[in-house]
Amino acid sequence: RDFNERCAQCSEVNWGLTDGGRFYCRSCHNVTERTREVVNTDFITNSRVQTISKGLKKQEKTDGGCEWYICEGFQLVLKKQVEALEALGVCPQMKDEILCNFWRCYLQKSKQAYCKRPAGETVKALSVCESSTDVDSDPERPSLLHLLSLSESEGDLQTDCSFASSVSKVSESTSVYSGSVDGSLYLMKNQKEKLRMTMPMTLSFCYLALLWLREPITLSELLRFVVEGHIPYMNVFQHFPEKMKLCGLDLKIFCVESWPVYEEVFNKMHELAAFLDLPRFPDITESCFLHPDMLCMKYLMEANLPDELHNWTCRVVKKIGIGEVDFLTLMPGNKSTRKVKYDVLAAAVIVVVLKLLFLLDDHYEWLLSEFAEERNKNNTEGGPYFEFKKWYEVVKHSLDVEQKKLDEEKAKYLWRCEKPLFYSVKNKSKVLKRRQMVVNLQNQFGKLSGSVQRAEKPNPSSFQLSWSEENTDGSCFHGHSLKGVLQEKRGLLTAMNPDYWLCTVKLCNEKLCGHLAHYREVEFPQSYHFVLGLFSFLLRIQPSYIHDEVCMIEHRLFNKKLCKKLKYNTVLRK
Amino acid sequence: SSNELKLNFKKSKEACLSYIQDALLQKQWKRAAEFLTCYVESLEKDYSREHIGPSEMIWRIGTEILWHHSQNRMKEFSCFMEQMKTLGVKRYLKVCLEHVFHLLCNGQIDEAYQNLSLAESWRFGEQTAIQDKEIKLIQAYRGLLDYCSWSKQKKILLEHGEDGFADLAVEQEMHGYFRKAAVNLKEIIKIPGVWDVFVKCYVDLLEFYGEHNEARQVLNEYAYNSKFPANPNAHVYLYQFLKRQGESKKSLISALKILHDIVPSHELMIDFNTMLQKSKKRKKRQLGLEVIFAALDYAGWKENAKAWSCLARQVKQIVISEKHLDWIKQEWNSRKDWWPDFHFSRYLAKRNWQENKSLSYEKALVAGILLGKDCKYFKYVSHQGCKARLKRFRILKKFVTRHNPVYLRISG
Repeated sequence: RDFNERCAQCSEVNWGLTDGGRFYCRSCHNVTERTREVVNTDFITNSRVQTISKGLKKQEKTDGGCEWYICEGFQLVLKKQVEALEALGVCPQMKDEILCNFWRCYLQKSKQAYCKRPAGETVKALSVCESSTDVDSDPERPSLLHLLSLSESEGDLQTDCSFASSVSKVSESTSVYSGSVDGSLYLMKNQKEKLRMTMPMTLSFCYLALLWLREPITLSELLRFVVEGHIPYMNVFQHFPEKMKLCGLDLKIFCVESWPVYEEVFNKMHELAAFLDLPRFPDITESCFLHPDMLCMKYLMEANLPDELHNWTCRVVKKIGIGEVDFLTLMPGNKSTRKVKYDVLAAAVIVVVLKLLFLLDDHYEWLLSEFAEERNKNNTEGGPYFEFKKWYEVVKHSLDVEQKKLDEEKAKYLWRCEKPLFYSVKNKSKVLKRRQMVVNLQNQFGKLSGSVQRAEKPNPSSFQLSWSEENTDGSCFHGHSLKGVLQEKRGLLTAMNPDYWLCTVKLCNEKLCGHLAHYREVEFPQSYHFVLGLFSFLLRIQPSYIHDEVCMIEHRLFNKKLCKKLKYNTVLRK
Repeated sequence: SSNELKLNFKKSKEACLSYIQDALLQKQWKRAAEFLTCYVESLEKDYSREHIGPSEMIWRIGTEILWHHSQNRMKEFSCFMEQMKTLGVKRYLKVCLEHVFHLLCNGQIDEAYQNLSLAESWRFGEQTAIQDKEIKLIQAYRGLLDYCSWSKQKKILLEHGEDGFADLAVEQEMHGYFRKAAVNLKEIIKIPGVWDVFVKCYVDLLEFYGEHNEARQVLNEYAYNSKFPANPNAHVYLYQFLKRQGESKKSLISALKILHDIVPSHELMIDFNTMLQKSKKRKKRQLGLEVIFAALDYAGWKENAKAWSCLARQVKQIVISEKHLDWIKQEWNSRKDWWPDFHFSRYLAKRNWQENKSLSYEKALVAGILLGKDCKYFKYVSHQGCKARLKRFRILKKFVTRHNPVYLRISG
């Protein structure tokens, strides 16, 4: 519609869109290679996407509700999320340009909007709706029940949806099964090709847009903000307008009862990027926040490690080429490049550097620490040497405190919200009664516990642990020197530690088992486990993910040596 | 694989529960309440697959917290219990009963009675039949409260009776309570179970109204019906009843015999031994010896002077008569390896002498006979006793010395 070029063949300006998303000239049926570009258009908020099927008007239903489609719901969710991100400081371009265009592209590609459907398909869609309202819809019913038993969300809702068996004939539309028009359709179709939208995917969308704009938020931070409540996710549907009634299968789509997992959001993001046929993303260069050099600096600060370590992280980054633009920048659909987890990568680099300098075999690092301690006792001028032991004690203490707080928060988390959820009109009164009882009990015991109504959300912050140099108790290690672990050799500073142990000699095939290596705590030194644990807490991911990246980095670093035949489990000399 | 790692509703609530559990164990009621506040939204989820659902959890935990934390606010507690009653039909009567118990603990007898009556009249389709046992219990407790009222009236009546007033109204009321109580108590004790308090009350009622036969029947059933769980108290009640009725020694002895078999350390063993010692039948006297030895096997009896005096008396009597020393030998056989350290150590000799001279006297006699005059215990106590110029100890010393050869025959 917005494409105004003249046709190459007939010079007309009369374009339509093929199913493949390409422009074709209606006059002469010349198909161009031009795919629909992401163009600046107005983004009408809360727009009702009407082009799904002809003939369905938006009627006001008797209960004050209106007809709405699932993708409209998701559009609202995205809108809320991007507004929250804006409030956090992300540039407004994200909402008005980037995300909305990604979204529209998605709708188009998945044939939910912005395209002409062949008439046949529309009719088919309608007939699917209607046939389930037929008298003997037995062939349909099992499939709906089957659909209910799909364990998308831990099958929790399956036990709650006992209404399915008790529903008899439906004479009207499928509104009994879902408040939306296409709720049941949405879950039923084989969505493999079309990348069905889910709640975790909304975060994938957000992150995709953030990445495009190279905003200084990593995926782990984004997910942490979600958990902390700064970005709507859990009960977003309560902000849907009154007229959009949510019930039945809609709940399966919009009500999540688990926190999003890094891997899932990450993988979906890449799938999405490929699906949308996006071009190469803007370059991630050295001055970019997501570049390992920058992220390493941030994480070093947060981990209370000496600034001097930054030189080393940069050296490692340079040596194995993970600071290169081509390595870091996302190229959707390119299966040969490794998908980069910027945050995990940076953390892993730091772990490798610590291994390089301190060995972390539960022995050497303490030895070095003793030397440093001796030196620090006898010689107070020239700044303290970094003592691993002291650092360990300080950081462990803080980490334990924070971890304990986090665990308690997880246990205290309130999952339900004010807006009650009904699966069918039938159990509405039961649900409301229960809700009332829950509120009463919460009040009663809340008063007993003497606590104020849930404390205000803490302000979102980029740093979870902070250390101040002004503390005179010496608990900040940023300015400490690494002299104790370094030596000068031929004008270059090298580590005193001559050894290194590989996390694994052979990498797994990631495509087969999903991981490069398999991390089991008991097989590795305690210090290593501690360091992994520290970053695992900061990034809110499992230690095994960081371990994977560490293995990858090590194999790049020691590539040459590994190519030669090695005995299993030998310790390498650098 | 990442499914296990996802933090979801279920895991979050499980963690919440374990925090509640910790807090309860450490009696941190406020903290438990804090976490319970977060847990209650579990009610909105379906847990039909779990063994114990959230509604039961909340009921039990909430009861604990409210009971300990806000003991003065019974109103709040009752309000909570009312809510819990509506949560689960299958549990309704149980919750009612527990509520009643709490009210009773708090001294609110009238409210408890009201609640019991209300619960009794509850009907809910087939649930009523399923929860039949609970109904019987509720009726039984109401009967119990009726019995308490009856008791009160009886007391009033007796007091008035002393003054010479005959209060018809009180009497009528009393009989009314009796009828109500009897009906319900009678029902519950038909069902096999441990109903000590009900049985006692019922028997009390029957005795007052002269229904001794029925009382005896009830007690016999309670004690001897094999369907009922083994219960020492049943035999105690029976014995006490028979004693009150002035029954023959024979029936008293047979009632206590079973008690001795079940609980050799029961306090009634002293009475039992006393009765048996006096018996004319040899077998009974031997049983008496058996009984008292068995009782003193238990640590709780170590310092019981009465028990020791029973044993001493019997042992002395046997030694003097020089008949049936083999009884002592038989009993001593299995005890001679450990009783000396258990009862007759030098340390105990000192302590017993210091704390309780009568105890040490009795024990010294027994020790002297069983272990000879040179045993630690006897030597110490008799020495001390003679030093203190206590006559009976001198006599004791003479007696034991005279019969010293006996111990050789016993321990041989």
